[in-house]
Parts: sequence; C-alpha cells; structure tokens
Amino acid sequence: MAITGTKGATGLTGNTAIAYAMKQINPDVAPVYPITPSTGIVEDFSSYVADGAVDTELITVESEHSAMSACIGACAAGARVMTATSSQGLALMWEMLYIASGMRLPIVLTDVNRALSAPINIHCDHSDSMGARDSGWIQIYSETVQEAYDNLFMAVRIAEHEHVLLPAMVCMDGFITSHAIENINLIGDDSVREFVGEYKPAHSLLDTGNPITYGAMTLPDTYITFKHQQSKAMAAAKDVAVEISAEFGRKFGRNYGLFDAYRLADAEAAIVILNSAAGTSKVAVDELRKQGKKVGLLRPRLFRPFPFEEITGALKHLKAVAVLDRVDSMNAFGGPLFNEVRSALYDLEKRPKVMSRIYGLGGRDYKVADAVGAFEEVLKAAATGRVETLQKYITL
Amino acid sequence: MSSPTGGVVKKEKVSVPFDYNKYLRPNKLPHIWCPGCGHGIVLKAMLRAIHNAGLNKDNVCVISGIGCSSRTPGYVDFNTLHTLHGRALSFATGVKFANPKLKVIVVTGDGDALAIGGNHFIHTCRRNIDLTVLVFTNATYGMTGGQYSPTTPIGSQATTSRYGNIEPPFDACEMAKASGASFVARGTAYHTLELEKTIQEALEHKGTSVVDIIDACPTYFGRMNKFKGASQMMEEIEKDKTVSVKQVDKLPPEKVQGKMLRGVLHKVDRPEYCEQYETLVMEKAKAK
Ligand SMILES: Cc1ncc(C[n+]2csc(CCOP(=O)(O)OP(=O)(O)O)c2C)c(N)n1
Ligand code: SF4
Ligand SMILES: [Mg+2]
Repeated sequence: MAITGTKGATGLTGNTAIAYAMKQINPDVAPVYPITPSTGIVEDFSSYVADGAVDTELITVESEHSAMSACIGACAAGARVMTATSSQGLALMWEMLYIASGMRLPIVLTDVNRALSAPINIHCDHSDSMGARDSGWIQIYSETVQEAYDNLFMAVRIAEHEHVLLPAMVCMDGFITSHAIENINLIGDDSVREFVGEYKPAHSLLDTGNPITYGAMTLPDTYITFKHQQSKAMAAAKDVAVEISAEFGRKFGRNYGLFDAYRLADAEAAIVILNSAAGTSKVAVDELRKQGKKVGLLRPRLFRPFPFEEITGALKHLKAVAVLDRVDSMNAFGGPLFNEVRSALYDLEKRPKVMSRIYGLGGRDYKVADAVGAFEEVLKAAATGRVETLQKYITL
Repeated sequence: MSSPTGGVVKKEKVSVPFDYNKYLRPNKLPHIWCPGCGHGIVLKAMLRAIHNAGLNKDNVCVISGIGCSSRTPGYVDFNTLHTLHGRALSFATGVKFANPKLKVIVVTGDGDALAIGGNHFIHTCRRNIDLTVLVFTNATYGMTGGQYSPTTPIGSQATTSRYGNIEPPFDACEMAKASGASFVARGTAYHTLELEKTIQEALEHKGTSVVDIIDACPTYFGRMNKFKGASQMMEEIEKDKTVSVKQVDKLPPEKVQGKMLRGVLHKVDRPEYCEQYETLVMEKAKAK
C-alpha cells in the first residue's frame, strides 16, 4: 500500500519505501512496466500519480524495451526520469541501457534483484544487475530498506552531477528487501527537495534555442573519443559519490561511504559480500568474534565504478578473504565480485589469499550457518596460507 | 428401469468420463490458478480437443510465454517449453521449423501475445507457419496483479488505469486476419463445448491458426470492475457480449451490435511456411 504523509520512523517494505522516495523526488516522467518483485514500486507510485500527489507523467508501456526507450526519449528531452524493474525486465532493457549511458542521460532506475531465466525463478540473486555491470550505468547496492531509500536520493545527485551525467541503478534484494517490512527513518519532503534540487538539464531536445543531436553516427575517427569521455565520467562518479554521501551524512545523519566495513580493521579473515546477505554475515562475524576469531566483513556499496583502490586499502592487511557472489559469471573464473576484488589486490606486494564462493542463487536461503561455514574456510586459509578450494558453490 | 429412490428415470447414454489424467502431470497439481479463473476451463477444452483430433501425445509440443495462462505447459504431459514473456511464438517458430512433423500449440495470454509479444504475433500470422495459437484473453495482466492489457475495454479499471482505461483495445481476431493467419476463430470459457470443437478445428487446420479465447480473471479484472464473482463475469462478458457467427445473420441488428463474434471467423487455404521453404529447397536442389 502506498503510504501518504509520514514523519520519523515508519515500518515499510523496500518497494513501498522506494515508491515513497520517488514520490518525494517527484520526477517529471516515469515510464513503467510490471514485473515481480518490483511491481509494488510502480503500483504504489501509480497511486501517487492517480491521487495527484506528484506531477509525474506515468507512461504505462507494453514492455521494458519500450519503458527504457521512453526513459531515454524523455531524459533527452530534458526531463528527470525514473523507473523500476527486475530480472527479465532489466534483460529486455539491455540494448537501451547502453544507449542511455552512451547518450549520457542521468536516468535513475531501481533494480529489485531477481534471478534470470531459465529455469524461470522469481526469487533473489544478482544475475540481472551483474549482467548489466558493463553497460555504463552507475550501480549502488543496498543492504536494507533504509539504505535503498537513502540510496535513491544519492543516485539522483550522482547521476545528474555535471562531472558525471550517467544513468544510475540502485539495487536491492528481491523479496528479502523489497517485500520485508523494516522500521526506517523517512526524510521530510522539504529536505528531500532541497537535497535533490531542481533538475536543470545540461542539454535538452526541448531547448530549441540550442539545438543538439543525440546518438548521431560516429565513425572510427570519433567513436573512441566519446567512449573515452564516458569512461572518464564513470571514473569521476566515484569521487562524486564520496562527496554526495558525505553531504547526505551531514544533513541526515546516516553515513555511507563507498563500502561498509564491519569489524574489519583488526580482522585477519573476511568475507566480501553485497546487499542483504551482508546482514546475515554480520551476525556470523559477531558470533565468531565472541569465540575470539578475528573476522570481519566488507560490503561494497558502489560497484560501478568499482572503487578498487579504496577496497584494496581496506583489505590489504588481511590474511585471507572469501568473496561471495550471488551470481555465477558462468564461464569466467569465479563470480564477478570475486574477479574485481581479486584483481584489485593483485598489485599488492603481500596479498591476502582470495577464494570465490557462489551462494543463494534463485533465492536459496543463505543462513548464519552458511556464513560461519565460509568464515571457517577463510580462517583456515589465513592460518595455513593456503586456499584449499579456490572456487565453489555453497548453500547447495 | 428404476432409480434407487424408486422413481422411473429415462434411459441415459452412459458417457465414459474423459480421462484428463492421461494428458496431465498429476504430480504438478494443484495448479496456481485462483478459484473461478477461466484458464482451467480452457485447459480442459484444449485437452479434449487434442484427444478428439487423435493426436499422439509424443508428437505434440505445447509452448508458452509467461503469465498465469502461460503456466499451462507445466501441467500437461506433452513435450513442453515454458519460455519468456512475449516470446513464445518465436520459440515455437524455431521448434516447428526444426521439426515440422510436430504439432505445435502455443498457449499465451493477451498480454503475452499482444503487448510485449505483439510484434511476433503479427509476423507469425504473416508467415502462416503451421502453429495453433490459443490466446487466453482475460483483459488484464493477471500474473503481475491486474494492470490493463491491450484487450482491456475502454473505461475499465486496472491498477494502471485508476480513472478508467483510455487505450482502445485490440481485436485479436481482426489483427490475426489482417496479418495473414489462415484460420482465425474466437471462443469463450463459457461456451465450453463449442470452444472444444473450435480448438479441434484449429488443430486440424494447416497454417497459422489463432483462437482468441475470452475468459475471466475474477481476482483482478473482476474485483476491480465490481463483478460479484466468476459466474457473473462469464454470463455478462462471455455469454451476453458475444454472439455465434452461425446466428449472426438470423438476429436483428440490435442484438448483434457491440458484440464479439464467436466461432470460425476466417478460414482460407494459403501456402504454409515450412512447406514453402521445403519446396524452394527442393526446386533449387533439382536445378543444380
Ligand atoms: C520481460 C518481462 N517483463 C515482465 C514480466 C512480468 N510479467 C509476467 S506475466 C506478465 C503479464 C501476463 O499477462 P498475460 O500474458 O495477459 O497473462 P495472464 O497472467 O493474464 O494470463 C508480466 C508483465 C516478465 N515475466 N518478463
Ligand atoms: S490472477 Fe487472474 S488470471 Fe491469474 S490465476 Fe488468478 S484469476 Fe486467473
Ligand atoms: Mg491476460
């Protein structure tokens, strides 16, 4: 159910919180198409539109292919644009994801992480957003409902920043976060308005005084220059993300950085993991700490651009690390997060041992015992200096 | 002959109950459909039609996209393929082309066939490839919670049309015919026996055969549009808003106006795609 006026702590599902954040942001255009488990976002948001609580043009199209195409059209015309999807929906947007980033359009999308077909499955894993990891979209991952809500505001600011101008995707776990109720702190409408500001597009098709063209044919003499600029903008997004999250922390008291480090400073062995499963893993950290085991956790928040220097800095003192991916990068060597982390550590003189674990595909439960099991393996590698099994599936 | 209560009863034709289990995967039941959903009625009509057409189970391939209707292949004991939202017809084209001997049946929703997959619908019909396409037209996206679909009537409520739908609906039959399908028919879940015969005729036709089947989603379309239940929907939408093509000439115009036609609406002989292809290959091979 879409919520109306609220203040302070409120029990909300991830979907309701995102819809509420969208209401507060009040984008100009939202092209939408339903898919489980993200449907609740657009369903709630459509109530806000129907009630006149927002000024947004809600465009109900006939597929995600059209939804992202309409996002691109609207954003190129100078509108602030948002949408939400999951799984096959994001997959069907693929072709346009690259158009959005290549045209430097700061569209903001919430991806409620769900497994990709086949076989069909509606539950959580990260195969959808990880498949889009090289599409030129900024990606921010969220552990909790609160964080997903907060991330949406920051995503708008990062995407629209003049040094960036790139689309951004906020990811949260399907059902686990999207459908579970959590008590969260809402920000007042005025503060949101002040934080996100009025959108003033740098270029707009509707600005007829300054005619422009998007996506024109480029030949070998110019294409690479465009891509180089895009790549630099993506690199700049990291510093902008740091800056914006610091501003967010100052204003609203919740401090997020590029990643979340939990009991990591004096740890010898750690798990690196995204989204909601980090919460489960933190319980395991606490249990093992009680037994005197020096374990910790790192949860990347910004995955694209990948803050490799900062992550290297945070992990370099460890003896061993297990990187847990909720997706398999089928014919690569280990999961995508593993690959990034391991490659980031390569330049160190003295590197922690790193292993890849694939867990929780298609919504398979990841429990504290699974995290403890993974920690035991990392602790063993820390003690022996040897990784017994470099990559494997857990939670089978 | 006397009945157990002593009264005299007419001698009845003893009909052997249809053995649905022969065509179902009982271990996949119960199905996911809500009480009153029309999809189950259509499924039964389809099974009886397949039986009456004398098709060998192993030569039948049932293919669907995604949606409540598209869950059908999971329950039936044929070769089955459950694919992606909107793409069933493309998968089916591949299956049929690879093995033209298979009887390929596509089970699809109005959203699946006409919204996200509308492009494939047009081109399948244009090619006239030998597929039987059963469109479960319940005027909504049932599976995702009742958004309007391309067959939702103007003015109807949906989660995405809180002030009434303003988009004009498609007539799937008109579209199929205009796109080139050589067999086009309509049935409803209310007219079960007629539907069974229509599906059988579609199965026996060579070329793209489309049956638009009007059925009810009481859970979303029904509730949002203030229907009391499935039976009222069947009476008011499927019975009262349709008229058989066989009766249409005998009825006064006011009894036909605004109603959809049921029965076989279009049937022509037109070269079938796989056969055309084979003929071409043989011709060229001979010419060598
Ligand atoms: C690419 C993609 N987008 C969205 C969905 C979500 N989705 C699943 S079923 C469905 C609509 C189904 O409607 P229809 O085909 O009419 O079938 P019904 O449930 O009404 O029988 C949607 C939008 C999906 N599975 N894949
Ligand atoms: S939601 Fe509607 S279409 Fe889906 S099973 Fe229920 S009644 Fe049938
Ligand atoms: Mg439907």
